[in-house]
Amino acid sequence: MSTTSEITTEEILTPSGIEEKVAVLADGITNRCGDDDVAFVGIFTRGVTLARRVAEVLKQRGKEYPVGTLDISLYRDDFDRNGPDFPRLESSDIPFAIDGTRAILFDEVIFTGRTIRAALDGLMDYGRPRKIELAVLVDRGHRELPVQPDYVGQTIPTASNQYIQVRFQEDDGKEGVFLVTESDHE
Amino acid sequence: MSDLQPRKDLLDIESLSLEEIEYVLNNAVPFKQLFQRSVKKVPTLRGKTVLNLFYEPSTRTSSSFEVAASRLSADVTNFTVGSSSVVKGESLLDTIETLQAMRSDYIVIRHKGAGVPGIVAKHTNASVLNAGDGYHAHPTQALLDAMTFREVCPDYAGKKVVIVGDILHSRVARSTSTLFQKLGIEVGVLGPGSLIPEGRHDFMQRFASWDDVFDWGPDAVYLLRVQLERQEGQFFPGIAEYHKMYGLNSGRLSQMRERGTWLMHPGPVNRGVEVTDEAMGYEKSLISTQVENGIAVRMAVLHWLKPETQQD
Repeated sequence: MSTTSEITTEEILTPSGIEEKVAVLADGITNRCGDDDVAFVGIFTRGVTLARRVAEVLKQRGKEYPVGTLDISLYRDDFDRNGPDFPRLESSDIPFAIDGTRAILFDEVIFTGRTIRAALDGLMDYGRPRKIELAVLVDRGHRELPVQPDYVGQTIPTASNQYIQVRFQEDDGKEGVFLVTESDHE
Repeated sequence: MSDLQPRKDLLDIESLSLEEIEYVLNNAVPFKQLFQRSVKKVPTLRGKTVLNLFYEPSTRTSSSFEVAASRLSADVTNFTVGSSSVVKGESLLDTIETLQAMRSDYIVIRHKGAGVPGIVAKHTNASVLNAGDGYHAHPTQALLDAMTFREVCPDYAGKKVVIVGDILHSRVARSTSTLFQKLGIEVGVLGPGSLIPEGRHDFMQRFASWDDVFDWGPDAVYLLRVQLERQEGQFFPGIAEYHKMYGLNSGRLSQMRERGTWLMHPGPVNRGVEVTDEAMGYEKSLISTQVENGIAVRMAVLHWLKPETQQD
């Protein structure tokens, strides 16, 4: 008996929906950070885009925060399990002193929490922020580590055969957040 | 995403595809940037072991591999010929069996016999990295040379490099010229006729003198070390003669300075033979950059190779 898998894609956020959620993140950061010495660090690839977008919104409101980038490939805990996988490494670029800052990590989706665990290790090799927080566009649940975001655009509960696809114009040439469902039929 | 296939060993340059070369050279760049941080180490190879097996004296290459492995958080064991049972008569295959039992994940090997790293690679699950075998190959040297040249000449295709010296005895010349050629860099050679093998370097221009070299107009001059320990035959009359004919003296250096030519050398240098003290202070010397890039490239290679020790 053969199994075929069917993939369905549902749009959860439109481009203007994403814009609203970016504003939600910006509001949260404004409300909680006040005049703190805040630094943004985006996780490659789309976390960087998200950090830049939130920074842009805040800049229009008169708050300018530096944005650094972090590639966590070298900090992953599944280096052996990837099999024939060849990560193309990006240059992490944090061109400002991270020591003593209120650093906010950005990623587009939080799932198991393992990426964030790796990012925390990576970030702390650059210095010692006074505090590290986490901002995500989407929280899809299913944590495997005790890591929770401080700023969330939207929470989208997912089943184990579903995942969230975030697409940004800058990285993917299209824009939107999609819920992808893979179902097997016999 | 890519057509890269898992590769266990790095034995030479000839067998590498252009895609593999690009992959390693591009990944070496972020590794190099780690050296600017106060914490230069990443946890990628935590729990892995790297065995440095040097049957020939080497300080630079073995310590470069050691630093590269340490910065990836691997554990490094150095196994040098003078202090091992090899001097007590153990055969190569018995040594390999011992090493296999130690369950190293990566074996870095230098040996005077061409092809020895290949034999070791066939008999072990570990990834084998050739750190120089006889006159055959020195692939990580070639990769670090390419990385260094690409940094100063980002539009490297069609650029020209002349390799000066003892081409015959040089695995560096062999690997580096092969890699440069694969990248579309033109390679020329200058050296005593007795030290330039016939046939092997068909794709390279041969020059008779420095004047011819300057007429050709290379972007970089790559000086080889005169391997005094390998001059078993009489290949040239003497050191003074060599220096006069092929050494980078003051006049040649000022020509390079006028033309903005880069200077490369795999080290260690023989001052007064292939270079002068003055040349060592040349502002367009890339010699220290080569050392730094050597660590980055070796990190990228260790990160890329897939040992077969992980499945069981």
